[in-house]
Amino acid sequence: MTFMSFSSWLETAPAWVQGLPGGLQNFIFQLFQTFVFADRWKLFANGLKITFIVTLGALALGVIIGLVLAIIRTLYCSYTVNKPPFILRVLNVFTETYLTVIRGTPMMVQLLIMGFVIFVPKTEIGCIVCGILTLGINSGAYVAEIIRSGLMSIDRGQTEAGRSLGFNYAQTMFYIIIPQAVKNILPALGNEMITLLKDTSLVSVIALRDVTKQAQNIQSLTYNALVPYISLAAIYLVLVVGLTKLLAVFERRLRKSEH
Amino acid sequence: MNTDDIVIKVEGLKKAFGDAEVLKGIDLDIHSGEVVVVIGASGSGKSTFLRCLNCLEDPTGGCIYFDGVDLADVSVDINIHRQNMGMVFQHFNLFPHMTVLRNMTIAPIKLKGLSEKEASDKAYELLKRVGLEDRADAYPSQLSGGQKQRIAIVRALAMEPKVMLFDEPTSALDPEMVGEVLDVMKALANDGMTMVVVTHEMGFAREVGDRILFMDDGVIGEQGTPEEVFDNPQSERLRSFLAKVL
Repeated sequence: MTFMSFSSWLETAPAWVQGLPGGLQNFIFQLFQTFVFADRWKLFANGLKITFIVTLGALALGVIIGLVLAIIRTLYCSYTVNKPPFILRVLNVFTETYLTVIRGTPMMVQLLIMGFVIFVPKTEIGCIVCGILTLGINSGAYVAEIIRSGLMSIDRGQTEAGRSLGFNYAQTMFYIIIPQAVKNILPALGNEMITLLKDTSLVSVIALRDVTKQAQNIQSLTYNALVPYISLAAIYLVLVVGLTKLLAVFERRLRKSEH
Repeated sequence: MNTDDIVIKVEGLKKAFGDAEVLKGIDLDIHSGEVVVVIGASGSGKSTFLRCLNCLEDPTGGCIYFDGVDLADVSVDINIHRQNMGMVFQHFNLFPHMTVLRNMTIAPIKLKGLSEKEASDKAYELLKRVGLEDRADAYPSQLSGGQKQRIAIVRALAMEPKVMLFDEPTSALDPEMVGEVLDVMKALANDGMTMVVVTHEMGFAREVGDRILFMDDGVIGEQGTPEEVFDNPQSERLRSFLAKVL
């Protein structure tokens, strides 16, 4: 059974509901239909699982892509007088093109192209991978510029001190520059994480059943939009507030190490 | 002096930034245990010369031999050789996210494979030498300028370098803190450390320097013992420079 009429529900409803005014009765009925009837809360739960997987996957991919691109751009920008080596110039052109294309086209369009032109996934796993790749590649472009601003905010003398002790470029980055940069970019990076989490709501266009898609499904099952979508908004809000709190704790802990 | 104990040999060193030629051909031998003090007007190429010695600036011409190895050779791993050349900067460049102890131990642990214990024992020993053993757990921002520079010196010493390079180590300090840093450098010179010091402290140059180099417009204008350079300058350029700074 996929649909239950208001009148048949009211007959089976507990006695305290019977005494309520009609509008309130209707609202409780909508809540019942959205979450309880046919175990529909499980749709939300399954959708959340997809949302989490795509968010975490894309976040990891975005940070890795962003870090690599940021280091290429920073290294390129560090050649102020001399000409950078050929390979670096090639990498820089690639990076700049990437940033231009990704930041210059809408997320939705990128999803459509990845989902229906490049990958055309057939299975659910395939769709998840496609979603993670698209969002990760998109996020990477923004993360790259965030990380680059962080790396370039660290005084040149820090690099020189590291190199003069005998650290190579990678060790200097890893032990000395990145730990200081992270502190500076955390607020901007947190912003990007929040954007990414909310952007996963677009993956339904490539047939991924994330939490947004599930809310749409419930709407079409119950012929009611208000409760599913308001609930959906509440779910995203709770997730974002939780993430913000987590980032604040992390930031405070990082600040503690410096006086 | 014999030629066996040459630590750094510089031949025809040139450095240009774009069209601006900063070093126009420098030849120099630095012997083991020698304290070479580089003086000269700002813009004369002193700091660039020093930074070329450990390849923080890539020379555009000439050779630098460190322990007989040509550092400009592309097959040479410069990182290995930098471990043997300590450098102290004008602006200290301590790592602000690490404690004093960590500043001093990270390089020996990561690069020389010392254990935490070995590295921190060594660090405390060095801290004691500069009278800062009670500041091991402080962060750089909690230190005065003079303390920072003394830490920067022992951070470099923790790698047990053969040569120490000083790039205007007292120029960023308040006047009352200059003395404590110069004292550490004097003690280091007395212990036989090979040092190349770029400085404006003429008193230090005269007292501690074995040889004074007067850099003038990208070349060595004049060099000699402190007595020769300070008491009997040959060129008009050096005379007018000394007249301004002494």
